[in-house]
Amino acid sequence: MPHQIMKIIYQMWWKVLAVVLVFSTLFTGLLLHVPTLPILHETIRNLYFHVPMWMAVLSVFVISVYFSIKYLNTGKEEYDLAAVECVNTGLMFYFLGLVTGMLWAKFTWGDFWSGDPKQNSAAIAFLLYCAYLVLRRSIDEEQKRAKIAAIYNIFAFPIMIVLLFVLPRMTDSLHPGSGGNPAFGKYDLDNEMKIAFYPAMLGWSLLAVWIATLRYRIRTIEYKNETV
Amino acid sequence: MKKIAVLLLFVFNYMAVFAQSNQVEMADKFRSSGKIYVVITTIAIIFIGIAIYLFSIDRRLKKLEKEK
Repeated sequence: MPHQIMKIIYQMWWKVLAVVLVFSTLFTGLLLHVPTLPILHETIRNLYFHVPMWMAVLSVFVISVYFSIKYLNTGKEEYDLAAVECVNTGLMFYFLGLVTGMLWAKFTWGDFWSGDPKQNSAAIAFLLYCAYLVLRRSIDEEQKRAKIAAIYNIFAFPIMIVLLFVLPRMTDSLHPGSGGNPAFGKYDLDNEMKIAFYPAMLGWSLLAVWIATLRYRIRTIEYKNETV
Repeated sequence: MKKIAVLLLFVFNYMAVFAQSNQVEMADKFRSSGKIYVVITTIAIIFIGIAIYLFSIDRRLKKLEKEK
């Protein structure tokens, strides 16, 4: 099974799919009809660009957890490298998600950062994953580092899920899907939005995975050079 | 007459509120054309972010190629 997964890394079709899907959303996302809502106006189209960032983050973080578990099972260094590069890529998309969210907030909520529960817990979860990278750098011994980092990563993931998707929903938040505030699910019923939204979610996820695999491939060469 | 006066008062009140909200929501570039510039900036931020990231990966690869 892992062997087959590693083979997919070198295949082309899903990378082409990623490009086609993301490219298509540039047109469907900007041209198709959207519901006319006050305050949001045209910024509702950010749904096709801001939200997929978070889907991309989730995709690579899930894969990262998978490889961390794999590492603990087998002790193979390559799995540890895959886990780190997934987190590295995920953090880049995380940052983009935060910044685009702040911009969106400025023109709908009134401020870049209004201390909203969703924003605050997103910032905490960002630090949580930064700590993962700092932790790795602080341990010199290779196996020890890989093992501790893998365990940290496995625990960090559910905490991030709680911070991003559970806690903000239990209080009042301006963000859709929180505290009696309807999520975009209501608008997703609009079929034209689905045409742009789902391809964007899949496309950006695949794109993130692609970047992660490129980083992983570079990382393995670096690792081999170091050990030789 | 009184009724009309009350009605006019309401209308003026409404207009005052409307004018106020117009003043608050400035028609700057980002809020013009239904805030479409917010979406465009979002796409630009994402693209610039990915571009910078690609350059960093490129540099890392170049270093690796030099080593060999």
